[in-house]
Amino acid sequence: MRRLLLASLFLAASPVVFAASAQLTLELPRLDVSEYHRPYVAIWIEREDRSVAANLAVWYDGKEGKDANTGKAEPGTKWLADLRQWWRRSGREQTFPIDGVSGATRPAGEHQLRFDGDKAPLAGLAAGNYRLMVEVAREVGGRETASIPFAWPPASPQHLSAQGEHEIGKVRFDLDP
Amino acid sequence: MHRPTKWFALALAASLAPAAHAHKMFLVPSATVSSAGEAWVTFDAAVSNDLFHFDHRPAQLDALEVIGPDGKAVEVENRSSGRLRSTFDLHLAQPGTYRVALRSAGLFASYVDAKGEKKRWRGSAERLGEIPADAKNVEIGESQGSVNAYVTLGKPNDAALKPSGHGLELVPVTAPNDLVAGEPARFRFLVDGKPAANLEVTVIAGGTRYRDRQDEIVATTDADGGFSVTWPNAGLYWLHASLDGQKPTIAKAKERRLSYTATFEVLPQ
Repeated sequence: MRRLLLASLFLAASPVVFAASAQLTLELPRLDVSEYHRPYVAIWIEREDRSVAANLAVWYDGKEGKDANTGKAEPGTKWLADLRQWWRRSGREQTFPIDGVSGATRPAGEHQLRFDGDKAPLAGLAAGNYRLMVEVAREVGGRETASIPFAWPPASPQHLSAQGEHEIGKVRFDLDP
Repeated sequence: MHRPTKWFALALAASLAPAAHAHKMFLVPSATVSSAGEAWVTFDAAVSNDLFHFDHRPAQLDALEVIGPDGKAVEVENRSSGRLRSTFDLHLAQPGTYRVALRSAGLFASYVDAKGEKKRWRGSAERLGEIPADAKNVEIGESQGSVNAYVTLGKPNDAALKPSGHGLELVPVTAPNDLVAGEPARFRFLVDGKPAANLEVTVIAGGTRYRDRQDEIVATTDADGGFSVTWPNAGLYWLHASLDGQKPTIAKAKERRLSYTATFEVLPQ
């Protein structure tokens, strides 16, 4: 009886807070350009008022690079402001690297990120309506943003997606209760 | 001659009053929003008809003032003046917002000399003695103006934006480096520290060479000196306001003419 009670308590609580998870698949398109640099990418969750609820990932060149002409060292963070929307809403408030969020740039192709509802950065995300935001900016290339509205926590499995046009390929956002 | 017209003509004659009519004085920063721990921004400073091309003469840099995020003055480097524009570099060594200003303050006068010829003069209060003692119909005006630009490294702050209480000053309500196409930005104008109500403000997007009209945006300040601008597109914008008929700070002057000019960068959504 006692065990049954505990089990039912757990079942009642679990869909709301504990087991929910999100899987993000971001496609960075292969581009046929003469000068290709891996793009800078910011992925975050924003509230309906556009304030930032959670930073999920920021990919940039964390090392110092050399300026092609002068040979002088330039920090990779110099170009973070090119992620214009993210920089304005969150980036300029941060110190780098951001623990658990900062990462190196990635090549063209599909990249998967998994987030558990009970761990950072999703832990503590209040129930409500949000937008997943993806911003991609490429040196001597273009810049693009994509967004996917979603409700958290998910009541049922959700398979959401958005399609970019030039710097972003397909974005899939799969939510499990 | 009708009095206001005469003073307007005087003001026009005095190039000390910046951006009087056709020629516009401006600063162009190479970037306004920077990341990383430090950054360099280079500026052009010129007086031109076209925004923001250099088609007339360089702006003088002798009254250049830069205030850093801690409210203290910052020195610029590599000053140089060419035939059509001046340039200098600013090292953003600490995060926050910097205000860059070309200030001007001076006197302009008209008089009739001993031979009965009408003369014009401009200079400073210390040089007023250059006007001959036997001059007739001496009319002296005072001008105070500034040509501004704002740049931010990292998170914006407003220590550099605090008004001095002198002349015509813009107090940003929206941070001056937080401007986005399609979003309204709000500012206030103060004259000698008090709200400048009912002031006409002109905003013109850069690139006038490539279009047939100036496409001015005109706003008028409310009782609190406030006004809003919704930027139609991303790009550089020139903002200007001037105010005649203010009480002079120099006893011999008849009036004081104030002006404020700034370049704002608006980024895409």
